[in-house]
Amino acid sequence: MTWLWLLGKIGAVLGIIFVVGPGLILAERRLSAFIQGRLGPNRVGPFGVLQPVADIIKLIMKEVIVPQGTDRTLFLLGPFLVFVPPLLGWAVIPFGNQIGEEHLQVANLNIGVLFLMSVLSVGVYGITLGGWASNNKYSLLGSLRAAAQLISYELTLGLAILSVVMFAGSVDPQRIVELQARNGWNIFGGGSLWLLPSGLLGFVLLYTCALAENNRLPFDMAECEAELVGGYHTEYSSMGFGVYMFAEYVAMTLSAALVITLFLGGWHFPYLTNPDDHSVAAGVISVAVFVTKLVLLTLTYIWVRWTLPRFRYDQIMSLGWRRLLPLALGNIGAVALIGVFVQGSP
Amino acid sequence: MNHTAAQRLPLGLRVRSALTRFAIGLYVPAILQGLAKTFQWTLRPKFTLQYPEEHHIPRKGYRGEHRLKKDEQGRPKCVACFMCQTACPAECITIVAGESPWPDREKVPVKFEIDLLKCIYCGMCEEACPCDAIELTQTYTQVSTTRQEKVYDMERLLRN
Repeated sequence: MTWLWLLGKIGAVLGIIFVVGPGLILAERRLSAFIQGRLGPNRVGPFGVLQPVADIIKLIMKEVIVPQGTDRTLFLLGPFLVFVPPLLGWAVIPFGNQIGEEHLQVANLNIGVLFLMSVLSVGVYGITLGGWASNNKYSLLGSLRAAAQLISYELTLGLAILSVVMFAGSVDPQRIVELQARNGWNIFGGGSLWLLPSGLLGFVLLYTCALAENNRLPFDMAECEAELVGGYHTEYSSMGFGVYMFAEYVAMTLSAALVITLFLGGWHFPYLTNPDDHSVAAGVISVAVFVTKLVLLTLTYIWVRWTLPRFRYDQIMSLGWRRLLPLALGNIGAVALIGVFVQGSP
Repeated sequence: MNHTAAQRLPLGLRVRSALTRFAIGLYVPAILQGLAKTFQWTLRPKFTLQYPEEHHIPRKGYRGEHRLKKDEQGRPKCVACFMCQTACPAECITIVAGESPWPDREKVPVKFEIDLLKCIYCGMCEEACPCDAIELTQTYTQVSTTRQEKVYDMERLLRN
């Protein structure tokens, strides 16, 4: 029975990823077109819904070119080192309320948030390896740019997450969501009026860092696809490139799931879900709420991307180190002070 | 404002201006404005023409393929005066004149060819023509599989 549950939950998570992921590729192309006054791809299938399938078929049909002088193993490994960590991260995301005794979460880790942070850091290796193994100085430079950016923003990301951990007093994502379902979402201070500014600030910080971690515009240092050759995946063709591309969208779903879990109440929505209702129907509704939030939040990623131009490199560094990091530190300090002096809990 | 003047400002003002600069540096208001603008654009009508079904309609005065006009009796208006051939900067017009069967003109073209691959669509032939016999149409879709097909003879030009 446990095995069946586990398989079912893994299937559900993979289902969410592999429907939302390609859906995002399509949404990216069509939404960008709408924002620019165009129509976008609308020929393959009704409203172009089969366009991602056509894209993937096209990529698979192309030749895999491994350039001369590359480290073949690392070169072929690179895309998968980017692709696997976001999939791993999904293991600890609670994507629904518990049904009976089963929590809708693939791996019930009590250090889930720490696990997520470590998994998010691993993605840097894939990018650096891909750039380094390509035996191309432009790829190498691109991967270094990306690595510098990812490491800079990881700091603020961690601090923003830490503020939520302090709200909840726990690093267990399940517990964090349950507290939000009972008391109020963390973006609104987790039910405490004192923490409202901290919650909002923390949300903005985490959202910004999530964009940066995914190499999304306006933090597009990794690729600069608008004007440069293409950064770390210049030398990749066929599915190597495809996997890099798809990994970006899977990472988007993961970071959106992270933001939702930590700040936007996870699977909870007032009057729709009840943390004490463990029936199957309530569980299904909670999953639907989670997926809806996921889709809406990832759509805002795309919206932001096609609104903002890319930052200059020094502006990215200045924003990360001189503005976001002090804000995150100040936020943590404020949460700590309010926790000790107002709410009286250490 | 130079450095010493800034130091003389009261502390409260200096703190406030620093905070303002910090807030602007976070880009938040500008970003929200931008998001609102792009959202408006998603709702606007699109510029895209769905090509095989919809065609672009050229503006008035567009210079496309040439046409030789006919008069009321269905005869070509052209009197083979060579004005267009002379005016043509690309030298794409070839005219061979022959004797006219009608009493109102001396010559008619026996052969009138335009090489559309040489033509630069400047419209000089249309301007040079004293009889208003040649003009440029709005046709812009030109497809052919050989170069020879793009050399239009008189019959083809009259049909345009």
